[in-house]
Amino acid sequence: MNRSNLKAAAFAAAAAALPCLWQAGATPALAQEPAAKPAAQAAKVERGRYIVSTSGCHDCHTPWIVGPKGPEPDMTRALSGHPESMTLPPPPKADGPWVVTAAATNTAWAGPWGISFTANLTPDPETGLGKWTERNFRETIRSGRHMGRGRPVLPPMPVQVYRNWTDADFEAVYAYLQSIPAIRNRVPEPLPPAAPVAASR
Amino acid sequence: MKPRTLDVLVFAAAAALAAHALLEGGAPAEAALLAPPLPELLSATGLHEPGTTRPRPDHLAFAPQYPLWSDGAAKRRWIHLPPGTSIDASDPDAWSFPPGTRLWKEFAHGRAVETRYIERLADGTWRFATYVWDEDGREARLAPEDGAVVVRADVPGGRYVVPSRQDCLACHEGPSVPVLGFSALQLSPDRDGLAPHAEAREDAHVGLAEMAARGLVRGLPAALLDVPPRVAGRTPVERAALGYLHANCGHCHNAGGALDGIDLALAQDARDPQRSAARTLRSLLGHDSRFRPHGAAATQRIASDGGPSVLALRMRTDNPLARMPPLGVAIADDEGIALVERWIHHDLQRPSETQR
Repeated sequence: MNRSNLKAAAFAAAAAALPCLWQAGATPALAQEPAAKPAAQAAKVERGRYIVSTSGCHDCHTPWIVGPKGPEPDMTRALSGHPESMTLPPPPKADGPWVVTAAATNTAWAGPWGISFTANLTPDPETGLGKWTERNFRETIRSGRHMGRGRPVLPPMPVQVYRNWTDADFEAVYAYLQSIPAIRNRVPEPLPPAAPVAASR
Repeated sequence: MKPRTLDVLVFAAAAALAAHALLEGGAPAEAALLAPPLPELLSATGLHEPGTTRPRPDHLAFAPQYPLWSDGAAKRRWIHLPPGTSIDASDPDAWSFPPGTRLWKEFAHGRAVETRYIERLADGTWRFATYVWDEDGREARLAPEDGAVVVRADVPGGRYVVPSRQDCLACHEGPSVPVLGFSALQLSPDRDGLAPHAEAREDAHVGLAEMAARGLVRGLPAALLDVPPRVAGRTPVERAALGYLHANCGHCHNAGGALDGIDLALAQDARDPQRSAARTLRSLLGHDSRFRPHGAAATQRIASDGGPSVLALRMRTDNPLARMPPLGVAIADDEGIALVERWIHHDLQRPSETQR
């Protein structure tokens, strides 16, 4: 596959994953007075909750289950990423234009980049973002590299959308993610295209 | 599928998203908007004597005692300080360079392929660029901001990846000072004879003592001239291994830097080398790695003399999604890995068992 085709595939994956509800330029000013600090923090967290809930984060970072009304995100595991305990068979072989496959949980994706598993965004210190700083979070999205300097953030994570967040947006999303319940869930490392696909852990 | 092919696939997948972001307009650094544009040609950065490819004689050539592994590329390096200026070395581990400082590093496989450029602007900010050499070797041209791939038969694997400017920041913004190979420890005259890929120091290379004698550094603690900086290994192999990790990993994995939360401190200090070496051993031996290889039932120590070590595993793997360093390297450094593995298996002890 040449680079332009791969790019198209990556975008197809990103587009499929994100019916983007992001609204740019809607950052309200927050109160800055020291006396209003708790209120300002609460407003920041609420702003972060709003951005997360309208930017499709749950679409991939919260495992989906089949509920009484059909597929829905399992909010008891909200934003905890691909379930550590889930055993997956190898993905189907890519055929023709069908080059991207997603697991039913919407947390594991196979494509030309290999197999990617969505991250645990909860503040668990060992398996989530508990030890991450706001800088780590912002630089990951802005650079497209893990913690700003590691491996590439893989499709379908649409960093090309979220990197347009303002610094205030990043602060708000980070503050919200640090406020939600920590869930211990060690997401597997991604797999390269040629690796044996015993992608279970 | 060969590792090189995997690299290309992963690079292309990531670049596909990044390229679109650039087209759509990412978040530019404000400082970059204020700076004059980067020269389109390397010759316009002032590296060479006019009309030649000879470096100007007033630039200082240097060679760090612990060079960064770059897939076997031969490298040449120069620094230029504006006339009448000097480096504030009062913190020997965080030199403060004057505005107008410029550095170049040339990468060659037989002939030059790329020259990287760092410049400190008048407002104190730094900017980074890289230039790709023409086939005839007469000129190098500014690479695209999102990097490039040079296809050349004489480079390993036939493809040479030129880093994006964001990739420059990934390494150079990791520590407190973005100049990585020009420091008290790297220029020390007490050079490590076991350092992998060490380049013989030539007369033309400037060293710490000469910098001080010429007044190009000021404030350097006198003790570091009396007893030159040296990595505090308990054995020669440990000294070389810690130095290697300092140069190849310490720019990201350091105490107080961007990745402080990982608790992996591989940078060594010139001011207090005993403390930094002890800190490195604690961080390597004191807790498990967050990285767990597929198939492993449990987490593993980052380094362990009695079992698997994530450190060596991630240096050796051909999986580009797991390999360390994560950028700038496509070919594992056998010599460096052999040194680190020898250190882990023969020299490493728990720090509690060692008097420091």
